[in-house]
Amino acid sequence: MFEIFGIPSQALFGQLLIGLINGSFYALLSLGLAVIFGMLNIINFAHGAQYMMGAFAAFFLLNFVGLNYWIALLVAPIMVGAFGVVIERLLLQRLYKLDHLYGLLLTFGLALIIEGLFRNYFGSSGLPYRVPAALQGGQNLGFMFLPNYRAWVIVASLTVCIVTWFVIERTKLGSYLRAATENPSLVRAFGINVPRMITLTYGFGVALAALAGVMAAPIYSVSPQMGSHLIIVVFAVVVIGGMGSILGAIVTGFGLGVIEGLTKVFFPEASNTVIFIIMAIVLLIRPAGLFGRRA
Amino acid sequence: MTTAATPMSVVTMPARSRSEVIAFAVMVALLLIAPVFIYPLFLMKALCFALFACAFNLLLGYVGLLSFGHALYFGWASYVSAYAAKVLGFNPEFAILAGALTAAVLGLVAGSLAIRRQGIYFAMITLALAQMMYFFAVQAPFTGGEDGIQSVPRGYLFGLIDLGQPLAMYGTVLVIFLGGFLAIYRIIHSPFGEVLKAIRENEPRAISLGYKTDRHKLIAFVLSATFAGLAGGTKAIVFQLASLTDVDWPMSGEVVLMALVGGLGTVFGPVVGAVIVVAMQNYLAQVGQWVLVIQGVIFVACVLLFRRGIVGELAARLRIKL
Repeated sequence: MFEIFGIPSQALFGQLLIGLINGSFYALLSLGLAVIFGMLNIINFAHGAQYMMGAFAAFFLLNFVGLNYWIALLVAPIMVGAFGVVIERLLLQRLYKLDHLYGLLLTFGLALIIEGLFRNYFGSSGLPYRVPAALQGGQNLGFMFLPNYRAWVIVASLTVCIVTWFVIERTKLGSYLRAATENPSLVRAFGINVPRMITLTYGFGVALAALAGVMAAPIYSVSPQMGSHLIIVVFAVVVIGGMGSILGAIVTGFGLGVIEGLTKVFFPEASNTVIFIIMAIVLLIRPAGLFGRRA
Repeated sequence: MTTAATPMSVVTMPARSRSEVIAFAVMVALLLIAPVFIYPLFLMKALCFALFACAFNLLLGYVGLLSFGHALYFGWASYVSAYAAKVLGFNPEFAILAGALTAAVLGLVAGSLAIRRQGIYFAMITLALAQMMYFFAVQAPFTGGEDGIQSVPRGYLFGLIDLGQPLAMYGTVLVIFLGGFLAIYRIIHSPFGEVLKAIRENEPRAISLGYKTDRHKLIAFVLSATFAGLAGGTKAIVFQLASLTDVDWPMSGEVVLMALVGGLGTVFGPVVGAVIVVAMQNYLAQVGQWVLVIQGVIFVACVLLFRRGIVGELAARLRIKL
């Protein structure tokens, strides 16, 4: 055991790890928000609620259907993503010609409905979800103890983020998406079904949120309000990063998670607010966000 | 519109329309006789929220800025008013004033940050700043954390009138509400208000006409925050309580709902919306979490079907200004 700046290494690296975990969720959620915003021009306020639905889906699959974590990792995002597709077809689709603010208000209403329904049936207390057998235990790295499951979350979310970035920036499908973001009517004229692409993009963004929810289930307890606390922080992350860049969303997410973790070590009173303070500073220095272009 | 009588008129300032004067008279008359039939505490709650919603509507309805963090001004004003009245022993009028001033300062700081971005970002920034101040309220010693500031004395207005009397308190709240309402009406119908509407309709055009739109937006933001603070401070004195509920984000959502239900950009809409939402909470209190679901459904229904809101719809049907 050694000390860094008078802080035991165990505590420092432990908080750093928690920071990275939180950062994984910030990155996954802000990535989903950025993807949705790019295509639909809507800020998906229901993102937190959909993250919570992902966690609940994993909980149901385990306790009522008997499907384990690994299957839930695949099935829960598909279920919640399908729910997203229905929402887009039935509701969001009607708003594209209106001011962007209506999309925000509608998805805020959806978030209230979803959270209210879950609170009604499951109360406010959290439900436990155990760590899958293969990832129990951990490694002693000498300077800290690294639980296997947490290492997995960081690696998995980083992989998902990078794959998403690759698909959007480096593949043919991604080029259609980017083209449709720039000029939907021209892309339609080339015979590409843009409305379907928009629907699927929303479904994909929602599925990302649900995936984050499944991964979060064994770390935080599964509760109806787990999303609404998180989403506001993720909004601040998005403001800091700017939604113009996929890579920007990923880097900002992880970076802010780490900064938040370090704040817990050195100045615990500010750990809840540090991301908002950084947001204020970024707005003063670079109003368009770190990776954003001036609209 | 009365301008029809003067054909050569180049007046662009709309005069007070007769429908607005009549509606105002009806509103005042209803509020004067209401305590005979309705529990005064409910009426006072509705009036505080009505002023809050009018303040919010000043921004969204007339400048097109969606602030998703108005609980910040409402809630912090109620903390400061409660603290001033209970711990510092201020008279109620000064306690409320202190709350409104606090909200003005907070509005100046938050507003100058938020107007650096437009549209959807503006909404997210205001929400994030409000959440930050919520965490301050949880931690700060003087707010009492989870307990809030309880049993705040109502005190004596101007040192003379005992506000412990329900009707005296009601009269005070009514005067504050009507004062705030008329002030906001005046702002909307002033040349400054016309510039605000121009910014709402087409900001680049307003800039090209030479208006410093950022300054106009900031002034509107501070005014809106101040009136929200006035409402919050009054509520703290009426309910003798300041608590975390008033600074948390659901409160910011509620005020959006009130303005949306009543009708954005209408003078009377927020008042109607506030009465409806407060009444709903009162009568649905026993169904618990369903209130959240019902509020969500109303949000969705308003956005999809009734974007003009109740008063906006009524005004459009009758072709009058309200």
